[in-house]
Amino acid sequence: MTIRLVAFAVVVVALALFPLGAGNYPVKLLQEILIWGIFAMSLDLLMGYAGMVSFGHSAFFGIGGYVAALALTKSPGLVSALVLPALAAGLAALVIGFFSIRVSGVYFIMLTLAFSQMFHAYTFQVSWLGAEDGLVGIPRPTVPGWDIASPRGFHGYLLTLVVLVTLALWRVVRSPFGRVLRGIHENEGRMEALGYAVDRYKLLAFVIAGVIAGVAGALYAQFNGSITPDAFFWKTSGEALLMVIIGGTGTLGGAVLGAAAFILLQSLVSTYTERWMLILGVTFILFVLFAPGGIVGALRGRIGLRA
Amino acid sequence: MPADLFAQALNGLAYGVLLFLLSVGLTLIFGMLDVVNLAHGSFYLLGAYAGLSLIAGTGNFWLALLAAPLAVGLIGALIERSCLRPLYRRPPLDQVLLTFGFIYLFEDLVKWIWGGRIRSIPPPDLFSGSTTLFGAIIPSYRLFVIVFGLVMAVLLWLLIERTRLGAVIRAGVFDAEMTGGLGINIHRVFTGVFAFGAALGGLSGVIAGPIQSAYPSMGVTILVPALIVVVVGGLGSLKGSLIGSLVIGQAETFGKAWLPDSSMLIIYVVMAGVMLVRPQGLFGRPLK
Repeated sequence: MTIRLVAFAVVVVALALFPLGAGNYPVKLLQEILIWGIFAMSLDLLMGYAGMVSFGHSAFFGIGGYVAALALTKSPGLVSALVLPALAAGLAALVIGFFSIRVSGVYFIMLTLAFSQMFHAYTFQVSWLGAEDGLVGIPRPTVPGWDIASPRGFHGYLLTLVVLVTLALWRVVRSPFGRVLRGIHENEGRMEALGYAVDRYKLLAFVIAGVIAGVAGALYAQFNGSITPDAFFWKTSGEALLMVIIGGTGTLGGAVLGAAAFILLQSLVSTYTERWMLILGVTFILFVLFAPGGIVGALRGRIGLRA
Repeated sequence: MPADLFAQALNGLAYGVLLFLLSVGLTLIFGMLDVVNLAHGSFYLLGAYAGLSLIAGTGNFWLALLAAPLAVGLIGALIERSCLRPLYRRPPLDQVLLTFGFIYLFEDLVKWIWGGRIRSIPPPDLFSGSTTLFGAIIPSYRLFVIVFGLVMAVLLWLLIERTRLGAVIRAGVFDAEMTGGLGINIHRVFTGVFAFGAALGGLSGVIAGPIQSAYPSMGVTILVPALIVVVVGGLGSLKGSLIGSLVIGQAETFGKAWLPDSSMLIIYVVMAGVMLVRPQGLFGRPLK
């Protein structure tokens, strides 16, 4: 446990110092990795811990992004940047989760997919949200004494949030609540027989994951200064899913590693060849076939690291 | 106005029939292998482009309609043998995730081979004109699609309900392990059903070509409506796939005409509504 905390602190310090020694483009890549890392971790809480594979996680990412976009243009504070998007995403997760957790497996995938596509269809067509083009010119939040609009300021802001979210999720998965989720993943019927209100646990996990995905979406909107209906599209959920699988399900660090692998692969491969999607597809297929534990699983086997 | 309405309904029917050809493969594969084949849109995509090349090469639409599905079916068989089969002992979701990877692979492969722009596919000469029916001008090709799709529905029904092979498939859908225990080579049936479903996906791609043109993201675009059809109709049910397709086809076509601002929303509302009332879909087996 102590070793892990020390390692975590070292990584955080390295990430904080990264802009001092790196150019503009690598820093942008790192920030993108961190934002998708948050999103992938939130999905991993559902997939890897509670065993709920959702194809509609983009709903909360998009809601976070759109709410942040709308609120930040009205008043550029932290409430608009984080609190409102998180609340809106959490509320949506409560409603969508309430209906979706009544089914499981393939049906759960389909229902969550349908809900997220509804948001895509709506934002794609209504003019007050910019239809296809989405919302642009989203300001970054301003806080007295902290210039978040500056590149360095934004990096610090982003990193602080990544640390907070990671520690919070770490706490969640190691709490009794997290153990119950693992139990549900292993054998739902047994947990029910033991007297756990399984549905309530699943719903709470769904809402926590939704809130964090909302924060990720809000950060994504602030990072790009824009948000489009693509944030809601099922491929956004699919990409997060790819990240979690490539990194290793049920390991929060794996989700971030997966996000890093995905984004680095995308930017590296696309500088050499246009065939990046092909390479991504093949990589993913190979991971599913030969390394279902993802990067973390493969590393664990190599160096004998324990879960 | 009635002529307009009639034309809309026929358009919706043509689209519904197209969705049926696509989703019936999806539902068969699910019923048999318990795999939601997310790469099904990719088979549709491959079918359309294979058809495009065959028509350009031979000038014969009917040849393309026959050969393209065969080629796609072969690809399906290869995927099942090489990638899906090793995963049957793993949690079922691993197979779903695997098929997700193929979406990226095939979309990029198509861009590589055929380029990224929209390509139009000409309808066969026989159906290149239009017909006037009850005062509405209907492209003849759409009428052909409707008739072709309905004939296919009948043939599929006969195949599944009235032949020995169909009996094996139905038994496999009901309980694959037990069917294997009765001395039927269930692995071969799995490969066959997956290939057959893929071929139907390819067939619907060729059929869709003259109506919707061919473009690399067409597979991803059609996948979601096809999944909705299958879920609304009931996973694994042939009848459900037909009824679901016709309902979704009409809902989408009339939605576009009457509620242009929220037309895309309608099919999702229909799906969520059905799933909330009947989670197993209209004709699905009750959930455990």
